[in-house]
Amino acid sequence: MILSALAALGRTVLSALAGAGRVALFTGAVLSHLARPPFYSREFLQAMLQIGWLSLPVVGMTALFTGAALALQIYAGGARFSAESVVPSIVAIGMVRELGPVLGGLMVAARVASSIAAEIGTMKVTEQIDALVTLSTNPLKYLAVPRVLAATLSVPLLVAVGDVIGVMGGWLIGTERLGFNSASYIRNTWEYLEGWDVGSGLVKGAAFGFLVALMGCYYGMNSGRGAQGVGRATKSAVVAASVLILASNYLLTEVFFSK
Amino acid sequence: MIEIENLHKSFGSKTVLRGVSLRVERGESLVVIGGSGTGKSVLLKCILGLVAPDAGTIRVNGAPVIEAREEFLSRFGMLFQGAALFDSLTVWQNVAFRLLRGPQKRAKAEARAVAVEKLARVGLGPEVADLFPAELSGGMQKRVGLARAIATDPTVIFFDEPTTGLDPIMSGVINDLINSVVREMGATAITITHDMSSVRAIADRVAMLHDGLIRWHGSIAEMDETSDPYVTQFIHGRAEGPIAAIR
Repeated sequence: MILSALAALGRTVLSALAGAGRVALFTGAVLSHLARPPFYSREFLQAMLQIGWLSLPVVGMTALFTGAALALQIYAGGARFSAESVVPSIVAIGMVRELGPVLGGLMVAARVASSIAAEIGTMKVTEQIDALVTLSTNPLKYLAVPRVLAATLSVPLLVAVGDVIGVMGGWLIGTERLGFNSASYIRNTWEYLEGWDVGSGLVKGAAFGFLVALMGCYYGMNSGRGAQGVGRATKSAVVAASVLILASNYLLTEVFFSK
Repeated sequence: MIEIENLHKSFGSKTVLRGVSLRVERGESLVVIGGSGTGKSVLLKCILGLVAPDAGTIRVNGAPVIEAREEFLSRFGMLFQGAALFDSLTVWQNVAFRLLRGPQKRAKAEARAVAVEKLARVGLGPEVADLFPAELSGGMQKRVGLARAIATDPTVIFFDEPTTGLDPIMSGVINDLINSVVREMGATAITITHDMSSVRAIADRVAMLHDGLIRWHGSIAEMDETSDPYVTQFIHGRAEGPIAAIR
């Protein structure tokens, strides 16, 4: 009884370690191909459009509502010790350091990791990936590298736009509902915001973009057979990307801001 | 020339190939027949390097395929069972895939002209060039797959179940196309199929794969005269015989 429980635990640990090893090897392979020709510029631009431009509405909406809710929460919390005036600066710092990159990254994970995994997974089960090999094309280079590069470059841009929209959400609620003067709200926002607040959020965005595309490609290329296999790959890609975003967010915050 | 010697491949406890040896001469059309699940596709994937064999050697023009893989693939074409066209690309971009990127890249207009010419070769007009694969019937997809396979005039072509899922008339059309294209180009061809009409239309030589081994091989005439119980059961489609109906 105890032995079988230990054996099951051992199997789970070994399988998790093997999975981590496969992801590490996949990551290494993608990184090694980033700098080596041939480069597929058309696929890269298409991925920029799909991942960056077309994610703008969902990231923008997320930022707008988050900034608005944040303003209400900070106002209510600040009122407990007569510090309502901190709303503009806390909304700005909260958005650019944490909520902009994390919620933006999670929305991109939901939208992009799923679509990459489903597309590449379907290509695998319909032999399109084998067809690429027979056409002298490395599938990793053709499918994964442009997507990973595009996500790493476009998610920080999405985060930057999201930051602006999120601060604007706070400003809208602050001036329309909470009685702030528009000019002083904007002045307070700028006054306490430092360059590294924004910069750290953009670095986080790049890391999250990398993880999202990497997980989408990894699970897509390792998809099982049939519709069920593709469905499982899609679900795994979104779950893994989301968990990795939250875990790496903690690690990056620790590295950037711990005293 | 393709030489396969003593090829073994297992997946976990399931042994698929247990010592396959085959030789295909330059310009010859070999058809490998055998029931579903006998390892025909695994054999092709081993030659292409998509599946690593457990043991055995594969040589193309005398050189081990592992060492000369890029060179081999640069002069290679394949028609897949489901055509395996790229959904995100138009028909002409599928056909001209090699000509739009990589070492064989050409100007876009030139690549398109080659694609339209190859489409015409398989009986498709220029009006299909800008359609997407999802807009085509199964037979048309197979033709586009064939046009893609021959786009850069390969010296070796593989056909994986070329007529599966097609009606008898379309199967005949595809068989005729394969036959004429292979003869015209003088290419070395390996086809895997269980469709006997394909075998008769395409093959110079037939090899039967059964239970992980080449059970029999010979010409079409020899196939019709053989008394091998496995071959006769297969080519006449009998339920009774040494090959179990339920595998």
